[in-house]
Amino acid sequence: MAKKIMLGNEAIARGLYEAGCNFVSSYPGTPSTEITEEVAKYPEIYAEWAPNEKVACEAAFGACVAGARSFAAMKHVGMNVAADLLFTASYTGVNGGFVMTVADDQGMHSSQNEQDSRHYARSSKVPMLEPSDSQECCDFVKIAYNLSEEYDTPVLLRTSTRVAHSQSFVETTDRVEHALADYTRTPQKYIMAPANAARRHPVVEERTCKLIELANTDKLNRVIDNGAKIGVIASGIAFQYAREALGDQANYLKLTMVWPLPTTLIQEFAASVDKLYVIEELDSFIEEHVRALGVECEGKALFSPIGEYTAEGIRAAVLGIPSAQVFDQQDVPVRPPVLCPGCPHRGLFYVLGKMKLFVSGDIGCYTLGSVAPLSSMDTVIDMGASVSMLHGRNIMRPDESERCVAVIGDSTFMHSGITGLVNAVYNQSASTIIIADNSITGMTGHQQNPTTGQTLKGDVTAAVNLEELCHACGVKRVRVVDPYDLTALESTLREELAASEPSVIISRRPCALLKSVKHGKPYTIDADKCKGCRMCMKIGCPAISFADGHASIDASLCVGCDLCNKLCKFDAIKGGAV
Amino acid sequence: MLNIMIVGVGGQGSLLASRILGSLFASAGLDVKLSEVHGMAQRGGSVVTFVRAGQQVSSPLIPKGEADVIISFEESEAMRYLPWLKKDGTIVLNTQHILPMPVLTGAAAYPENITARMREMGAKVVAFDALEAAMKAGSPKAANVALLGAASAVIGHSREEWEAAMRATIKPALLELNFAAFEIGYQNK
Repeated sequence: MAKKIMLGNEAIARGLYEAGCNFVSSYPGTPSTEITEEVAKYPEIYAEWAPNEKVACEAAFGACVAGARSFAAMKHVGMNVAADLLFTASYTGVNGGFVMTVADDQGMHSSQNEQDSRHYARSSKVPMLEPSDSQECCDFVKIAYNLSEEYDTPVLLRTSTRVAHSQSFVETTDRVEHALADYTRTPQKYIMAPANAARRHPVVEERTCKLIELANTDKLNRVIDNGAKIGVIASGIAFQYAREALGDQANYLKLTMVWPLPTTLIQEFAASVDKLYVIEELDSFIEEHVRALGVECEGKALFSPIGEYTAEGIRAAVLGIPSAQVFDQQDVPVRPPVLCPGCPHRGLFYVLGKMKLFVSGDIGCYTLGSVAPLSSMDTVIDMGASVSMLHGRNIMRPDESERCVAVIGDSTFMHSGITGLVNAVYNQSASTIIIADNSITGMTGHQQNPTTGQTLKGDVTAAVNLEELCHACGVKRVRVVDPYDLTALESTLREELAASEPSVIISRRPCALLKSVKHGKPYTIDADKCKGCRMCMKIGCPAISFADGHASIDASLCVGCDLCNKLCKFDAIKGGAV
Repeated sequence: MLNIMIVGVGGQGSLLASRILGSLFASAGLDVKLSEVHGMAQRGGSVVTFVRAGQQVSSPLIPKGEADVIISFEESEAMRYLPWLKKDGTIVLNTQHILPMPVLTGAAAYPENITARMREMGAKVVAFDALEAAMKAGSPKAANVALLGAASAVIGHSREEWEAAMRATIKPALLELNFAAFEIGYQNK
């Protein structure tokens, strides 16, 4: 047994290894991405990136029915995409064990909402475990597989940013190999046509009852009795905040399984203390259950349903001890994330802004095209919505379609953009769709995708050709431009916007952070020639600043992309040799 | 409990600094938790890493007013996270400025006299040009380790223990350079 500091996500990968997991398929999404990247380092486990979470979960479930211990990881909004599989896999149950990790993002560090994924466990009637540190991440994966196979059910493992992206000690053990379970054709279990599904639903309800019995024992959920008068029910990261805040001044009912919830265990725990608190981030999921049992408790009346909790906030709310803060918050300019120097998306959004177009945006690095000074985006909702929403807009406002575009990245297009494109073709809106193809999945930290020609494990594979794919969807007008070529980009846009049928512009240049991309020498600005017109400031390059009436370039940041030089009318920007 | 924050701008290499600290405290037999930021904020946004060590660490986050040391890779970022510093805590900062987009575009001004103002408020501040220190050692990328060198005077532990932590986390070919950066940083303590 070895002890090692691990990221929560790395510990989940370790748990998968030790549990004998055979098959992993995921789509990247912060804060879940590193699970699958770490799994890829174990040759014993087959692991892949899928085009989206639904495909990933279906692939994993196919492996499960074939008898494998299988797994898929996703961020909370990825669960929305995968939910179709989840609700019916709950009815069929499993052959080999099937575990899905869903990573919530309280505080929205890198997400478009902070939905509480525990509701999925309840509505799909599937058990959900919630680890609170890296050791539990590793251990709970193994518990999840045992539950999955013993109770014939998919199992959800819920993490959050502060569990997934925190490091703490993990004691590791060896892998226990899992041989494929036998497969025999059982249509009544795996063909969910109405008659069969009707027979499976009672099985699901019965399973939930059995799981509640398990939840009421101390086999999974744990009472920590400090002889205190205050009782706290918590799980996951909220348990760690509560324990830091209250220490041995509280007893704890620490929940391993957050669905289904215990009944008698909660009633007994409540009876053992004078005052009961339910401490849970986001929704009043546990609190409502506790109240439905007829047990009084403090919950959302004290603690917010918004954002992350802190130990000092809990200490103040429960014990009335004020924060130890001594220094006041100072006025410091905000530092939002920005497109990197040399980013191929910069030229694209500069041109879209210059042309004053309506931009239907999407999820990825290029969402930063919405930030000042580029400020070239109107809507960002979910993966793929750029294409489908533009279609709806263009049908309702056909006279404006020449001023409207959708922008979607290569990976996001593979994820959920293709069906929207098919809709635009099928129902013939004059949509102009820009695929910002930077040859990688950027925002989540450079993952391969079906267009890049490489697998998760780095092997060369078939690459989807975007031009051929768009043609095959029925788009007659498909153009490819280099976003560093602002003139070509603008003229192509004008031509395609004028077309009265769907068209696709592929704005193609690899991400500037890719190791294979060669950078030019830093540029400099000739202060004598610079007239201070601020044209170069319009592209929002972090390497360019403005002071004392003229611009200057930070040589440590500039990668020589030449974009600023293209905008300078006074020949003040020099490239290369200096 | 020892609470250390590493703050800076996404892409500056704060993850290595936190891993050196993690290794240092783990070797000393302490429980350790590190909390990092991945994803969107890494694209040039403000980032913070928490490092906590003690007999038992529960929350991976440091409460406001409880940081013993704030290591700041950029001057204004130290100011942003000042509410986390405890009464007698120390800020170790790189005097380098990285201008955020609102400052670059002229929508906001970069704060003036940051170090002097924080000292006036009663904060202990160790300030030096860590980039220059790193260049002296041989690479601008060693600025993080130069800052750790300066912070080591407050954090404690012997030079042998620090070097062992660096050996556990840094590629052998880069060790001498980083040892040199650490020493130059330590001289600025």
